Amino acid sequence: MVQTQKQTHYPSLTTHEGIVQRTLSIVVDNEPGVLARVIGLFSGRGYNIDSLTVTETEHAKHVSRITIVTTGTPMVIAQIKAQLERLVPVHRVGDLTEGGRPIERELALVKVGGKGEKRIEALRMAEIFRANVIDASTEHFVFEVTGKSSKIEQFISIMTELGLVEVARTGIAAISRGAQVS
Amino acid sequence: MARQMTGAEMVIKALQDQGVEHIFGYPGGAVLPIYDELFQQDKVRHILVRQEGGAVHAAEGYARSTGKVGVVLVTSGPGATNAVTGLTDALMDSIPLVCITGQVPTHLIGNDAFQECDTVGITRPCTKHNWLVRDVNDLARVLHEAFYVAKTGRPGPVVVDIPKDVQFGTGNYVGPSNIQHKTYKPRMKPEQTAVRDAVDLLANAKKPVFYTGGGVINSGPKASQLLREFARLTGYPVTSTLMGLGAFPASDKQWLGMLGMHGTYEANLAMHDCDVMFCVGARFDDRITGRLDAFSPGSKKIHIDIDPSSINKNVHVDVPIIGDVAYVLEDMLRVWKAKSPQLDKAAHKAWWKQIEGWRAKHSLSYKKHDDFIMPQYAVERLYELTRDKDVYITTEVGQHQMWAAQFFHFDEPNRWMTSGGLGTMGYGLPAAVGAQLAHPKSLVVDIAGDASILMNIQEASTAVQYHLPVKVMILNNQYMGMVRQWQQLLHGNRLSESYTEALPDFVKLAEAYGWSGVYCDKPADLDDAIKQMIETPGPVIFDCRVANLANCFPMIPSGKAHNEMLMGEEVSDELVGSAIGKEGKALV
Repeated sequence: MVQTQKQTHYPSLTTHEGIVQRTLSIVVDNEPGVLARVIGLFSGRGYNIDSLTVTETEHAKHVSRITIVTTGTPMVIAQIKAQLERLVPVHRVGDLTEGGRPIERELALVKVGGKGEKRIEALRMAEIFRANVIDASTEHFVFEVTGKSSKIEQFISIMTELGLVEVARTGIAAISRGAQVS
Repeated sequence: MARQMTGAEMVIKALQDQGVEHIFGYPGGAVLPIYDELFQQDKVRHILVRQEGGAVHAAEGYARSTGKVGVVLVTSGPGATNAVTGLTDALMDSIPLVCITGQVPTHLIGNDAFQECDTVGITRPCTKHNWLVRDVNDLARVLHEAFYVAKTGRPGPVVVDIPKDVQFGTGNYVGPSNIQHKTYKPRMKPEQTAVRDAVDLLANAKKPVFYTGGGVINSGPKASQLLREFARLTGYPVTSTLMGLGAFPASDKQWLGMLGMHGTYEANLAMHDCDVMFCVGARFDDRITGRLDAFSPGSKKIHIDIDPSSINKNVHVDVPIIGDVAYVLEDMLRVWKAKSPQLDKAAHKAWWKQIEGWRAKHSLSYKKHDDFIMPQYAVERLYELTRDKDVYITTEVGQHQMWAAQFFHFDEPNRWMTSGGLGTMGYGLPAAVGAQLAHPKSLVVDIAGDASILMNIQEASTAVQYHLPVKVMILNNQYMGMVRQWQQLLHGNRLSESYTEALPDFVKLAEAYGWSGVYCDKPADLDDAIKQMIETPGPVIFDCRVANLANCFPMIPSGKAHNEMLMGEEVSDELVGSAIGKEGKALV
C-alpha cells in the first residue's frame, strides 16, 4: 500500500478495533434543550446514531427516556457512555446490550398503493406479519406494523415490490428483560 | 427565606451570596438592568474590559490564580459570541467560570431581534452546562446551580442566559443553601480497591514515574501538598504536563521537567521506558502521548481523574481511579504508610542512574550569542531576576509559551496561567489583568509573542483604568514562530503568511495606552532592561527583540514516539540556516 498520508502535528490513528452495536437507554431530566445536548454530543464528537427515540416517560417527575442505537469500537462505546453521564441533566445511562439481550421494538407506518392482484397480495402479507390496516381506500392501504427492526425491514422490502408509497418509522424503543431497572 | 426582588437584583444578590468580589464584563442593551443594580451597590466590583473575549480570559486568569470561580457579565448577541473563545478555552483547561449573558426579551426570542443570537445553542458544546432562564422564579436557583456546576467535579465554564424581561420581572429569591442538585453529583472519593491496587503497583515498581497534570492544581493546594509528600515518601521521579507546572516544585531533585512535545529528554524517556506510570490529574492529551501505539509500551498505568470520560479515552489504563486528586492521594498515602512496603532500592537506583544519563544530554541547551538575544536566555534571565519576588506568569500561545514553560521554574501551584488545551493566542494579557487584580501586590508578567499580544492588546486599557501594574515581556522575533517552525519542518520551508510585515512600535504603543515601554536587543543590556520592566511603576511593555529564527527544542516530531526526540543541536544550524530566506536574512 502506498503511504500517501501527509504529515501533520497530530498523531495518526494507530489502533484498529472491531465495531460493535449497542443500545443505550438514557434517562434525562425533561428540560429544554436536553435532546440537543445529547445529539450535539454525538455529532460534535463524531459518534454514530443508528436509531434514536425519545419521549417523556414519567410526567410527574419530568423525566424522559432517550433510546439510542449506536455503533463504534468498544473504546468509543465506553467513551460515549462516559460522555453522556457527564451531561448535567442526565440521570443515568444504561447499556441494554451489555446487560443481556434487550427487548427492542419498532413501529412502522407503511403506505402501499395499487390495484388488483398486488393489492390482495399486500393484504395477505400484512396478515402474515400481523400488520394492522389503519387507513384504506380502493387505491391504498396504510399498515401499522410492530416488531424487531429486522421484521420491519423484511415487511418493507416485500411491500416495495407490491407498491410501496412511503414509510414512517419510529426508531427503536428498548427495555431490559427481567424485573430490574435497566 | 424567600424574598421578593427583580431578576436584576437577584443576579447581584446571588453573586454576593456566592462570595463574588470581582466580575469582568462589558455592558450592552440586554444587560442594562443588571448594570443598573451593579451601580447601586459596592460589594461586587465590576472590571470593565475592552472586548468580551478579554473578560473571559481575565476571569480565567483570576480563577486559575486564586482557585475561585471567575465571573463574567456580557450582553446578548455579539457580547455572547465574543465570549465563545474564552468559554471554549476554559472548558478545555477545566477552569471554573460563570458567564452571565443578557438576552432579548422572551417574546422576541427566535424573531431575529436586534442583538439576538441563540446563546445557549452556540455555547452548548463549549460549556460544561448552560441555562436559558425564562421565568424569574427560576433565576436564583439557576444562578446558584451554575456556581455549583462550575466548581464541582471537573471544573468548567457555565453560561446563564437571562432575557431582559426576566431581569425586570419580580419573583422569589432563594439563597445558595437551599439548592441541591437533582442529577449532577460527581464522585469525589475513590473506590478503595482501586486505591489498594494502585499502591501495590507503585510499591512493586522498578522504573516508576509520576505523570501529573492540571487536575492537581484544580483540586487545590492540599492536592499539591499531598503530591509532594507522596513523591518524597516514594522517592520516585516526577514530571508534569504544561497545565500542571508548579504542583511539584521545579527545584526538587525528583523533578524531571515538563514532558510532551516540547518536554525534556529525561521526562519523555522516563515516560517511555517506565514500568509503572502514575498519572495524577492529567488526560493523556495528544501533545503528551505523541504516537499512541508507541506510547510507553511496557508500562502498567494508574490514572487518577475526577472525570470518568477521561479514563481510557486515548490510552488504555490498568488501574483507573475516579475521584478528586486530593481525596485519592490522601487515601493512597494512608494505605502506603500502613503497608510501609519494601521497595526495590537497587532497581530504583539503576532507574535514577538511567535518568541521570538522559539528564546529562541537557536537552534544553541552546547556543548563546553576544550580538543577539536568544529567547530562551531572555526567559532564563527573567526567572533569575525575579526569584526573590512573588511572581505570577501568564503566556500567550506559541514558541514563547514553550520557552516560558521550559525555562521559568515554578515551585508553587496557581502561579502559571497558560492556554493549554485550546491554545488561544491573546490569552496572556487579559489573564494577567485578572491575576493582577486578584494579587495586587504581586509581580504579574505576561510572557508574550509579537503576534499573540496583538490579539487582545486592547486590554492594555483595562490595566490602566484599574491601576494594574502588569508587565508584558514580548519575545519579539517578528514571526508567528511556532507556525514558522512547523512550516520549516513539514512544509518545505515555505513560510506562508507566518511573517508579520508591519508590526507596531511596541514602545510607542505602550505609551499610547499610558503604559511605559522598554526596548532591548542586546544580550549585554538584557538584565538592565528586565530590571527596568520590573521596577518601573505601573504597567510596562518590554519589547525584547530576540533571534528571529530560533526554534523550540527538544521536540517530538509528528507521528513519533517519546524516544525519537529531535534535539536542538541536531537540527538547529542546518534547519534554521536553510530557513533564512532573503527577507529573513535582512532581519537577523
